[in-house]
Amino acid sequence: MMKGLKKWRLFSLLAVLTVFLAGCGQEELSTLLPAGQVGKDQFKLLMLASGIMLFVILVVVAIYVVALIRFRRSKLGEDFIPEQVEGSHKLELVWTIIPIILIIILAVPTVYYTYKLGDVKAMEEVTDDGKAKHLVVDVTAKLYWWEFEYPELGIVTAQELVVPTKEKIYFNLKAADVKHSFWIPAIGGKMDTNVENLNKFYLTFDKESEGLKDGVFYGKCAELCGPSHSLMDFKVKTLPRDEFNAWAKNMKATEDGNNVANAAGEEVFKQSCIGCHATSGAGEGGTQGPNLASFGDRNRVAGFLKHNEEDLKEWIKNPQKVKPGNTMPSFENQLSEQELDDLAEYLLGLSVEQ
Amino acid sequence: MDLNKKFTPETWPEHPERATLEGKNKFVGFWLFLGGETILFATLFATYMALKNKGPSGFGFSTQELYQLPLVFVMTLLLLTSSLTSVYAMHHMKNYNFKKMQLWLAITAILGLCFLGLEVYEFNHYVHEGFTFGNSAFSSSFFTLVGTHGFHVAVGLVWITLLIFRNAKRGLNLYNASKYYTFSLYWHFIDVVWVFIFTVVYLMGVIG
Amino acid sequence: MSSVAQKRGFGAALWDWMTTVDHKKIGILYLIGGGFFFVVGGIEAMIIRLQLLKPNNDLVSAGLFNDLITMHGTTMIFLAAMPILFGFMNYIMPLQIGARDVAFPFINSLGFWMFFLGGVFLNVSWFFGQVPDAGWTSYASLSLASPGHGIDFYAIGLQIAGGGTLMGGINFLVTIINMRAPGMTYMRMPLFTWTTFVASAMILFAFPPLTVGLFFLTFDRMFDANFFDHQMGGNTIIWEHIFWIFGHPEVYILILPAFGIFSEIFSIFSRKRLFGYPAMVFATVLIGFLGFMVWAHHMFTVGLGPTANAIFAVATMAIAVPTGVKIFNWLLTIWGGSISVTTPMLYALGFIPSFVMGGVTGVMQGAAPLDYQLHDSYFIVAHFHYVIVGGVVLAILAGVHLYWPKMFGTMLSETLGKITFVFFFVGFHCTFLIQHWLGFWGMPRRVWTYMDGQGWNTANMISSFGALLMAIGVIVLVINIIMTTVKNVRVGNDPWGDGRTLEWAIPSPPPFYNFTQTPLVRGLDTVWIEKQEGNATGLTFAEPVTDIHMPHGSIIPFFMSVGLFIAGFGAMFHQETSWGLPLLIFGLAWTFVAMAMRSLKDDLGYHVTKEEIQRDVNNASKGGQN
Repeated sequence: MMKGLKKWRLFSLLAVLTVFLAGCGQEELSTLLPAGQVGKDQFKLLMLASGIMLFVILVVVAIYVVALIRFRRSKLGEDFIPEQVEGSHKLELVWTIIPIILIIILAVPTVYYTYKLGDVKAMEEVTDDGKAKHLVVDVTAKLYWWEFEYPELGIVTAQELVVPTKEKIYFNLKAADVKHSFWIPAIGGKMDTNVENLNKFYLTFDKESEGLKDGVFYGKCAELCGPSHSLMDFKVKTLPRDEFNAWAKNMKATEDGNNVANAAGEEVFKQSCIGCHATSGAGEGGTQGPNLASFGDRNRVAGFLKHNEEDLKEWIKNPQKVKPGNTMPSFENQLSEQELDDLAEYLLGLSVEQ
Repeated sequence: MDLNKKFTPETWPEHPERATLEGKNKFVGFWLFLGGETILFATLFATYMALKNKGPSGFGFSTQELYQLPLVFVMTLLLLTSSLTSVYAMHHMKNYNFKKMQLWLAITAILGLCFLGLEVYEFNHYVHEGFTFGNSAFSSSFFTLVGTHGFHVAVGLVWITLLIFRNAKRGLNLYNASKYYTFSLYWHFIDVVWVFIFTVVYLMGVIG
Repeated sequence: MSSVAQKRGFGAALWDWMTTVDHKKIGILYLIGGGFFFVVGGIEAMIIRLQLLKPNNDLVSAGLFNDLITMHGTTMIFLAAMPILFGFMNYIMPLQIGARDVAFPFINSLGFWMFFLGGVFLNVSWFFGQVPDAGWTSYASLSLASPGHGIDFYAIGLQIAGGGTLMGGINFLVTIINMRAPGMTYMRMPLFTWTTFVASAMILFAFPPLTVGLFFLTFDRMFDANFFDHQMGGNTIIWEHIFWIFGHPEVYILILPAFGIFSEIFSIFSRKRLFGYPAMVFATVLIGFLGFMVWAHHMFTVGLGPTANAIFAVATMAIAVPTGVKIFNWLLTIWGGSISVTTPMLYALGFIPSFVMGGVTGVMQGAAPLDYQLHDSYFIVAHFHYVIVGGVVLAILAGVHLYWPKMFGTMLSETLGKITFVFFFVGFHCTFLIQHWLGFWGMPRRVWTYMDGQGWNTANMISSFGALLMAIGVIVLVINIIMTTVKNVRVGNDPWGDGRTLEWAIPSPPPFYNFTQTPLVRGLDTVWIEKQEGNATGLTFAEPVTDIHMPHGSIIPFFMSVGLFIAGFGAMFHQETSWGLPLLIFGLAWTFVAMAMRSLKDDLGYHVTKEEIQRDVNNASKGGQN
């Protein structure tokens, strides 16, 4: 019997491991394939915790199975009256102390990482000429899109966060309307964007996003924020520092004008869209709608639709149908089909990456 | 239980409020209820502390300017005194002196009524100054905390009035002794809560 | 049951149930009410899983999906799990301590009607088409922004139902403190009574914050207050704190009675005294105590700072210790016993591995930095379903099978019971195990739909399939109940054969006065002790047969609750209609008048005479049911 039990135990262990290894998810959004120091720290903690917990489960299941096999009434006979044991102080001590030890093993790294990941003192550090030492991004979550402002660089973008790799990036998080939560699963754990205060944390991005399936990491809103909560995705593009600098420079340059892929489309934009959307990537955030300076470079329309003319037109025509509860009005009756075509071509041509 | 059973001060039990199972249940249950009420007020206090002086931008009210200690001091005296008179009432209840108990309870009620009147006056005054319930987070939390206490006072007044009139003719028995007793517990509780309101809201608001 | 009772018409029976103050009838009412809402919540769950069956599904709209998840959570916690457990507490606990009723029968009835009408109030929202849609947690910024009356239904409905729960909690506490039979010391109380005691104490301290929070929400939405409006100086984090100061103890309020039911089952079906009874009691109390110290672990990502997060993380992990003590004591209870795998025992045996898995994932989330990843992902969905379904719901199903014969005098089919178990248990693991991985793979919770190409499709399909199995299990249970009721094979005092506590020494169902004579309790598991010593009835009496004092029934609790129900609508519509405010005042006045009537009219109860009791006893010994 003990032999059978051992086999069973080994089997279950293997089964769990197989599921675990086969189930690492997709690189661009899995917490099991972390691509940054924060995510890696959290993954280490996950492995430690899973190990301890698996041990606990195995011990419990082992005792349980043996008890079930040995003490069945069908085996002991109908009339068997077991001894009415009251308990055992020794055993009680054992299963009090061992869990305490296990918990201490888990608690020490937990406290360590809590302080490590919560350390944002470096945010305030400046170099000798008064500039911030580290890149700080101000994230504002709105119904249902994300605004990313780089105060030191004087640029702003939306829906697609662009950051340099291999350095600590600090974030100021807040929400403009209702509470949201900022989460890039493959990079590191989330933090809420509250309505009344700024939250601060940092992430590092170790890997360039170029090699990924869509060329971007996926970001999610993790706090229920209304009907389109599930559609409030954003993307993260990670670049080497020098490419990032070039991107930032190009963004800044859009204040002097953009690429115009379709002049008629630009006219339509100026008449219908400019009240809420800016095409200059320079300046500050706080606009009604997402900044569109680098719209053509993005991976998705509205955070989740395919990045093509057809979906873009569908979105402009009837945003409420696509993303219920967002604040963009419908343009189905305002714009002709021709105007839509022009507008779409113009928008998709807005690029800073040539 | 026999309602008509006549007692004399000698046969009247030492703890009439707990002499029957019903009375004992009421006694324990009411203490537990007051435990829950404590948590309720604790939550209100915590919220008040968090939202004190908080309002929209350009908010013009602060605890220092708003509260008037003399008025609140008079209210405190009234309520503390009423707690004392309810103790007298319970003293007479235990001695099976119905008339005196009723008298002291009536005095308690009148003091409570005066307190409530002053509180209404106070609230009214604030509202006239523009410090309305919907004016700010501060005003909402203030009126809810102090108002909930005021509501408890009002409930207590209705309660004791009903008890006094309902039992006026038939006197004390083991059935209503526990009712009187729980009222007195309730009244002390209200008093204690007020002491905290006086300290945390008014004193710390004006001085702290 | 007397023959007079059986000849009555439907109207009279309905009146009897509406006015009853008998703890056993109220217990059954709780089971029926809770069971009804359990089915409603289950249907909502099925629609949720159907919507998530495949990517980009549009079976339900985004708005309706949020209605569904909110109502599923709220219904299952407040209107299904708690009331059903309250049903067991109401029915069984007084029997276990040898009492004839609870301390406040009138308030017991009031508690039930407030729960029921509060639940109806909440669900009426479906007919208005304005349903709560901010999640069962109703976080303030979203719940203030939510249009229509949806959240109003949530705030007022839960306020009414919550009031009923609070009364129930106080009632149970007083009953246990004051009304234990002679010899029933605290350390001889059956564990189900102990867990009822601790859960009730937790209700007493956890529900007032909820009451306050719901008032704040009501005032903010309907009466111009600004507790949570940050532009007016308010703060939404206050709601999160208040909600979780209530919400975390709430999950222990649910799980402790479940632990109690399983403790009874392990002991009965292993024919063995509960191993380490004092440790079990101590662990229960400790869990109840620690339950209040850890609420902020629901808020690790809110930004409370590393110090707060670290403290709450360690406190959270500490709860694992007493819970572990319980698990090992149960294991040692069956170890060396004589295990009979009946349906209730099957649930108990299924509970151990399921709950351990739910427990350990809880500790994982207690590790704050790890929780930054797991929080609000599908991992947490998996975790709390593992503890609530794997703990509470399994306990409820086990309890239904265990106590059905005691409550209705007839046994549920063991075969169908086991079929229910297999479907439910397999379906449960199939639904929720895979969701841990969905969380790891980056799927946030409360999502209406998901895009294709994120690697979540297969897992979601497996999960939805599991939900179907669970539904089949519940349907088999319903069939079982109907068949059993139709067949109506009567059973004796102790249908399981190894009952250890007082409820198994009196008839099934017990007479309305429970015990003909108050029993004398001689130890833990007193009936078992008596029977081992050769006393076949299992009871020794503490008094001769005397007249029994019983309370009168009353319709006033129902009326009081109706008044609150009406007032709720008044509050909801007072801003947009002219009749709202009068209706609010009318409803409250109605309740007050009903309450004053109760207070002014003396109700001293009545006595069941010695002769009637003797006649019942004689009838029973002749074997006649009527």
